[in-house]
Amino acid sequence: MSEVTVHMSVNGTARRGRVEPRKTLADFLREDCVATSVHLACEHGVCGACTVIVDGVASRSCLMFAVQADGASITTAEGLANPDGSLGIVQDAFRQCHGLQCGFCTPGFVVSVTAFLQENADPSLEEIREGIAGNLCRCTGYQGIIKAVQHAAATMAGTPTAMTTSTEGN
Amino acid sequence: MKPAPFEYHAPETIADAVGLLAQHGDDAKPLAGGQSLVPLLSLRLTRFDHLVDLNKIGALSGISRDNGHVVIGAMTRHRAVELDPSIATSVPMLAAAMPWIGHFQIRNRGTIGGSIAHADPAAELPAVAAALDAELEITSKSGVRRVAAADFFQGTFMTAIDTGELLTAARFPVWGKGSGFAFTEFARRSGDFAIAGVGVGLEATGGKITRAAIAFMGMGPVPVRATDAEKALLGVSIASLDAAAVARVAVGATDPTGDVHASAANRTKIATHLAEQALTRAASNAAANA
Repeated sequence: MSEVTVHMSVNGTARRGRVEPRKTLADFLREDCVATSVHLACEHGVCGACTVIVDGVASRSCLMFAVQADGASITTAEGLANPDGSLGIVQDAFRQCHGLQCGFCTPGFVVSVTAFLQENADPSLEEIREGIAGNLCRCTGYQGIIKAVQHAAATMAGTPTAMTTSTEGN
Repeated sequence: MKPAPFEYHAPETIADAVGLLAQHGDDAKPLAGGQSLVPLLSLRLTRFDHLVDLNKIGALSGISRDNGHVVIGAMTRHRAVELDPSIATSVPMLAAAMPWIGHFQIRNRGTIGGSIAHADPAAELPAVAAALDAELEITSKSGVRRVAAADFFQGTFMTAIDTGELLTAARFPVWGKGSGFAFTEFARRSGDFAIAGVGVGLEATGGKITRAAIAFMGMGPVPVRATDAEKALLGVSIASLDAAAVARVAVGATDPTGDVHASAANRTKIATHLAEQALTRAASNAAANA
């Protein structure tokens, strides 16, 4: 099958590639754009490890073809860092609150949580649980992740106090 | 875990899309939100020589009103319906079902038409369409036809859509004053396919039920309407509704099969409980809307 040319913005950098139509956005980001934070586990939309932001909305990059993202603006976990390379608010909250152990699921989580907090800046515990339900973590038991979301929300609101008591002793 | 090769088409009009579907016949498949089709392709459970991507057809997206119906374009995203405040008052059962569909990342991409056309027996929207007697608008080169939900869902993943046809819109009837709705389901893990689910609509005039709709999902190859229970509800006082008794009658309409997630008996038990909950909530919502 013939290849097609695609253009997209990945973390603010213009990218161009030739792809077979069957190549998923996830594979294009990993193989052609060196955005290797896009992790592939289940490759059928269940685990959430490949979640990226496509034109402002969080989406499974394993459930889109790269050709469908032609002209789109993509943000991966790499794009969530501060311009100086230091960790962004959500990334830092995961580090502070022990929101990861092996780290495989983490890029998908930080992308999902970033999108979630953009729509709901002050979520309840129940809303956080629902908000992270689309990402699977086999290590943490989610308690540290929930704390990280609370910490990130508080930091964004300018009141980063909740974290210090909650980081230890899960 | 990679799809078999296919030729990719991205038409910008419905006419071009149905033209491609007519030209390639059973070798072509429409690609809507891709949240069910792409996994099936990736797992090589299916393959097509041609995919007709509908995402560039602007005319397939949007929510409008027409002659007592809310008309939702097939490519309208779940998330757009979920976040549209008018749906909560015009088609409350649909609004109640939306948060149960997958996760928000899935609802960002998934579409109303894609979900209905896929016709997964454990999916929410086919049950809502069946409960509300929605009409499905199907377009082909020879024109547009409307099919009642009762005739649309024909089996597991099987619908009335023929080769060369495209589901272009779903028309949901708007119920009147005194109506109340509920939708609920049970899954082991949030966002997973439900073991069972149910949608209930009740309409009452002067305290008596004048209209009732009950549809189960996950309880058979297609959404199951509980017609005996619906008939039994007519004329009943909405204030003294015996939800548990009606739920037992309702679930009698179903014939579920067991699988690794739940035995048939367990499904029936869960569905009975869900129906009781939904009947109670729908009655309370109907009373509040009197």
